Amino acid sequence: MTTMIRTKATVSFFVLAIAISGSGSGCARKSENTITLAGSTAFQPFAEKLAEQYLETHTDVRVNVQGGGSAVGVQAALAGSAQIGMADLLTLPEEAKTLTPTVVARDGIALVVHPKNALAELSATQARSVFTGEINNWKDLGGADAPIRIISREEGSGTRRSFQELVLGDSKLSPNALFQNSNGTIREAVASNPDAIGYLSIGLVNDRVKSISYAGVVASNENVKNGTYPLARPIFLLTKGEQSPMVREFIDFVMADASQRVLEKEGLIPAK
Amino acid sequence: MRIAPRTTQAIAKGLLLTATASAVGALVFVVGFVLAGGLRHVSWSFLTEPILDMGRAGGIFPAIVGTLLMVLVSVGIAAPLGIASAIYLAEYTREGRLTQTIRFGINCLAGVPSIIFGLFGFILFVNILGLGWSVLSGGLSLAAMILPTVIRTAEEALRSVPTSYRDVAASLGATRWQVVTKSVLPYAIPGILTGVILGIGRSIEETAVVIFTAGSAVQTPTSVFDSARTMAVHFYILAREGISNENAYATAAVLICTILIINTTAYTLMHRLMRGRRAA
Amino acid sequence: MDKLVSRLLLLAACSSAAILALIALFIFKEGVPIMARSGLGAFLLGRDWSPLQGQFGILPFIIGSLCITLGALLIGVPLGVACAVYLAEFSSPRWVNILKPAIELLAGIPSVVYGFLGVMWLAPLIRIRLGGPGLSILAASCVLAIMTLPTIVSISIDALQAVPKSYKQGSLALGATEWQTVWRVLFPAARAGILAGVILGMGRAIGETMAVIMISGNSTAIPHSALDSVRTLTANIAIEMGYATGEHRQALFATGVILFFFIMILNGAALRFARRKF
Repeated sequence: MTTMIRTKATVSFFVLAIAISGSGSGCARKSENTITLAGSTAFQPFAEKLAEQYLETHTDVRVNVQGGGSAVGVQAALAGSAQIGMADLLTLPEEAKTLTPTVVARDGIALVVHPKNALAELSATQARSVFTGEINNWKDLGGADAPIRIISREEGSGTRRSFQELVLGDSKLSPNALFQNSNGTIREAVASNPDAIGYLSIGLVNDRVKSISYAGVVASNENVKNGTYPLARPIFLLTKGEQSPMVREFIDFVMADASQRVLEKEGLIPAK
Repeated sequence: MRIAPRTTQAIAKGLLLTATASAVGALVFVVGFVLAGGLRHVSWSFLTEPILDMGRAGGIFPAIVGTLLMVLVSVGIAAPLGIASAIYLAEYTREGRLTQTIRFGINCLAGVPSIIFGLFGFILFVNILGLGWSVLSGGLSLAAMILPTVIRTAEEALRSVPTSYRDVAASLGATRWQVVTKSVLPYAIPGILTGVILGIGRSIEETAVVIFTAGSAVQTPTSVFDSARTMAVHFYILAREGISNENAYATAAVLICTILIINTTAYTLMHRLMRGRRAA
Repeated sequence: MDKLVSRLLLLAACSSAAILALIALFIFKEGVPIMARSGLGAFLLGRDWSPLQGQFGILPFIIGSLCITLGALLIGVPLGVACAVYLAEFSSPRWVNILKPAIELLAGIPSVVYGFLGVMWLAPLIRIRLGGPGLSILAASCVLAIMTLPTIVSISIDALQAVPKSYKQGSLALGATEWQTVWRVLFPAARAGILAGVILGMGRAIGETMAVIMISGNSTAIPHSALDSVRTLTANIAIEMGYATGEHRQALFATGVILFFFIMILNGAALRFARRKF
């Protein structure tokens, strides 16, 4: 028994020692050949995919991709804990003024309903009335007699802000709206409720939900690209001060045609 | 008219059985759902290959290593610290203002949401102490989170050891420390283990804290200073960004098996330890 | 020697209080300024949360947290304690040895898994059978109750098993039935331990975020029934933190400050309730 306690004490002392020494050496480790990206959870998987391809040709570096959200992207880039911040905000906040933004892609936003819903399109006015709560029953849109359940993204998110600006304008979102804070959970929530309506990235629309046209235009990346479909938000990479050669090379890689094609294939809209 | 004690007992037993059946039913449902959805996508290569193509291809080897490392660090810190705290509260002091304050603090800490631990760890360990997103930052934050569970369970376990055990040892001239380590701790092990196991469970399942402090790098961590992705985080990212439901549930299935293995090992070790003691 | 050990142990015991203080300090520093600016009254009693327009009313979230926590306790505590009593007193030790670890397994299942299960199974069930949007107080309470089970059950089992055998034998020898023994003798004797489990379980219910975000619907309106959607204080922080900057971020930390007091008040209430004579 006593041996066990002694072992425990040794282990804890050991860990503590690492912790103390770590506070010094932790910084040293990540310096030279690691590129850390952090921020937008929506762009994180895409960044991972690009990093994976980047490492095929650059074996001497390590690329760390972290999430945390766009706000973390801005903070981490400012604090230096990440060389590159990722943000999918419509407009960058005040504190990001000192950072250099590069738009690497855009992400289209589709209005979605349950697959059983007969609705095929909403005009701009209808969409606004639905999301402000003025129209709150599907029968007013020619559907069944059932209340409309709005499922929205949370306040502040890039998707929500673009939606607010482009669809709602000055009007306020209905106070009865429900909220989810990611594409996947919005899709799940809409897919499990026949009365629901929501919005999410075009690239993530699948057979569990039905995408509907907005203002007579089908939600597709081609239509975003040719300018007929207005709902999209930019994705930024943020860097602080002078870019190091390593960071510049990575961003150039992301902007190169091959990488942009990868992003397009995965459902984003290329920056160029 | 009074109901006969026998009838009351029958009713009570019926109700208790119903409650137990519901709890076990919930367990079977949750575990069954995950295993049914995930187990058929689990293969040897899934366990041994790196995470590829956003998690749609390859396996989850880095996440398995990340999970184990993270649990080791967090429990390695929280268990000794928590048990020491519990020993102080239960054995070394009288009930008073100080213990009440400490205990109140522990109870409150138990209610602090994981997201707060995450933000706190992000500012303190990742930024101020410069540990970056790393297993160490994550482990320290997780340790803070599971500390209350370890302390409170260990304290109750120590308190439940009959006073006579202490008296006998003390009357033989043992110091307080000897009394605690030789006569009290061995009998409190099952209870202490409950807390440690609940703590392991929480470390394994936590996502919010890990994302903010240990990060979610897809590479396999080679030291405690590397960023790591745990299986829970991997599941979370796959499911919330709608990347791959098959691999998400396969990850959850592996996660459940991992917990099962850890818990079983812990219980087996305990039983062996207890039996060894009784034989001695 | 003994004195040194005692000092070291005291240090360890204070560590969690120190962590709590550190976390509190850090949240207060970020959150208090905005509360002072917009006024505590407007913050606590305001019904309108639109942070980008400078409206920071969190009354709906306070009500939401209260409803969901109480709901989870109402379902989880009786279920958990009853389960523990049955396993500890009325079933064979072999079953305890299998079922206790099995229930502890529930503690290690990611909350996100519970969240997805809730969205896919429980919410539609509630919507179809009982009405409302499905994602609701009721759904969140049920999911949280299940999440508190492992804590409550396994700590309570320990507490019941720790009651000296002589108590039970004495009571039975006096002619009491097994149930009378459990209810009048074992239960009071194990009360402190069971309470520790319940308080930790309650902490889990208040602190849980990921699952609650998915299953409670996160509406910012004040709920009128258990079938309405609500947002809890924790959910409010977690759901918006990803994108929040400037005042919005501070307002989320201010939510954390309120949450802190909320936790302290609930713990105080639980202790008071526990000290009452039954």
